[in-house]
This record gives sequence, C-alpha cells and structure tokens, in this order.
Amino acid sequence: MSSRTLFVLVPLFLALAGAGAQVALAQPRPAQLQAAGSEIAFTTRQMGVPVEGKFGQFSARVVLDPKKPESGNVNLTIDTASARFGSAELDAEVPKPIWLHAAGFPKATFQSSRIQAAGPGRFDVAGKLTIKGSTRDLVVPVQLAPAGANQVASGSFTIKRLDFKVGEAEWADTSMLANDVVVRFKLALAGLPPL
Amino acid sequence: MALHWLLALMILGSLGVGLCMTGLPFSPARLKLYNWHKWAGVTILVLSTLRLLWRLTHRPPADVPMSARQQRAAHAAHAALYGLFFAVPLAGWAYSSAAGFPVVLFGVLPLPDFVGPDRALSESLKPLHQWLAYALAAVIAVHIVAALKHHFVDRDGLLLRMMPARRHGGAPVQPIRS
Repeated sequence: MSSRTLFVLVPLFLALAGAGAQVALAQPRPAQLQAAGSEIAFTTRQMGVPVEGKFGQFSARVVLDPKKPESGNVNLTIDTASARFGSAELDAEVPKPIWLHAAGFPKATFQSSRIQAAGPGRFDVAGKLTIKGSTRDLVVPVQLAPAGANQVASGSFTIKRLDFKVGEAEWADTSMLANDVVVRFKLALAGLPPL
Repeated sequence: MALHWLLALMILGSLGVGLCMTGLPFSPARLKLYNWHKWAGVTILVLSTLRLLWRLTHRPPADVPMSARQQRAAHAAHAALYGLFFAVPLAGWAYSSAAGFPVVLFGVLPLPDFVGPDRALSESLKPLHQWLAYALAAVIAVHIVAALKHHFVDRDGLLLRMMPARRHGGAPVQPIRS
C-alpha cells in the first residue's frame, strides 16, 4: 500500500469511527432494570381506607444520559395480571373485566415523549400512559439517585382510575372508591451514565 | 346499666352483620358492611374499656340468692364476657390490618396498625376472630338463658334490676293527673 493511499484511508477511517462514536453518544445503550430494588405500587382509597397493591411483573427500557435528558426515552410495561394485595380476595378480584381486565388488556404501558431536566437529579418525563385500552397524557416527576452500583429512579404521581375505566358499574361510585389512585415507583437501573 | 344495654345492642348487631357480610359477593354493599362492622367493633372496644373501668371502680350489686355453684358459674360467665368484649374486636382489628386494610374509624380517623400486612398472619387471624365471635355469641346465649331462668323460674326479680325505671328499687313512676 502506498503512503498516498494510507494518507487517504486513515483520515477516512477516523472520520467513520468518529461518526460511529457520535451515533453511540446520541443513543446510549439502554439501562438494565434490576428486579431487586425495583417496585411499582399504588394506593387506592375505599371509604377512606388506604389499600395498597403492587405489581409483581414489569419491565422497562430506559435510555437516558442524565446530562442530555432530551435525547432519552423511557418505555415501561406492566403485566396487569400481576397486581397483588394484602388479601387473596383482592388478588382474585382485580384482574376481572370491570377492573384491569387482565385477560383483554394484559399490559399497561407508559411511553415517554419528552424528558426535561427539572433540577439536580430531577427530571420531568412527559408521555402517554395506557391502561385497559385508554390512553392519557401524563408528566411524571422523577428523582434519580445513585444506589450502590445502580441508579434508582423514583417518584409518584396521581391518576384518575375512571380515565381508564378501572372499576366499572357499581364501582364507578367515587364516594365508595376514590377516583384518585396514587402510583409510586422505584426503578433500580444498571448501566445508566452517571449524573 | 345504660352501657350494658347499649353494648348489648351493638354486639348483637355486629354479630349479625358479621355473619351476613362474609357471604356477600365483592361489592360496594359488602364494603359498607365491613366498614360499619369495623367501626362498631372499635366503638365496642372503647365502650367496653369505659365499662370495665366503671366496674373496677364501683361495687357491683350483690348477687341474688343462689347456690355457690351457680354463683361460680355466673361469675365465670361474666369474666368470659368481659374477656371476649376485648378479644373479639382486637382480633378483628389485627385481622383487618394484616389483610392490608387499615381501620379508619368512621372513614375519617385512621387507627394504627398493630400488625403490618402479612398474608399468613391474616389467614390465621381470620378464623381466630370468627371463633372468638362464636364463643362470645355462645356465652351471651348462656347469659340470656340464665337471666331469664332467674327471673321467670326462680322468680327473683333479677331482670328488674336491669330496667331503667326500677334502678333504685323504687316504686313505679306515678302517672301524672291533670
């Protein structure tokens, strides 16, 4: 190979490598959700009584560079059949059609549309929440904090259960069962770029 | 004595609601009954505490004449009643907490959970609450039968001591003539 050819090829190679690196920078690898340390829980109110449930099965695809949050995105999927309560009776009740209708709508999803920085370690994640075939826009405030080798994204938000037709017929009465449902989440993520 | 009758009403009501509600399908009606039952249970607990304090600080009326054996049985039944006045609601409260339903008195006053949500514990507290309640119902039945026997068989006028107008053993109230 002549020195002239090298003279052309080397810069070309470097340019390509640089472009490749830029693509990699613009789209960091998705973080891995760690089941241990992750939790999605929700609290309803029945005649003033707070009743808590948790989802046992969920997955998340999180691509986020905390220094460039606008380029990130979050996609969360929850198995609606995995809701668990303190009592076996509620475990059996909630997958039924008038509640989450787990057979017809096995997944509830959240797909982000825009992530914005909102202070140190804080982000506002706007997106669409879909439960039981109904979709609503939502802005979720998220706090990101290191925890051991992982980073934990946590926060809470309130949704209206009737927006998603959860609790139909006689259960649509919000004086018996409040419309507001508070959702709390904690996602332990490995492989997220540092804050 | 007013506490005796108020508690009698509340306890019999709670036993009845308790029997009915568990057979209902999951519904708002069932939820209402469960909550009323819990509020009644907590109220019974509070009133029973007042009653026990009253009983401990006041001398109860002397027993009507009866055999020593009957006397022992009567006192044992009363002790069992007092014990169950506390045991039944406390077991129910713990069962509710363990099942993940904290008790919120009258829908506004959240009461502390003295046990946390625990599936296994709730499954053993449920029959405990149930059988203590059956025991309470059985002792109440004995108590009622014994009281009726005193009044109608022994003709010792026992029931009159528990009636408002005869509290002090006085004459019946004279009708007022105009």
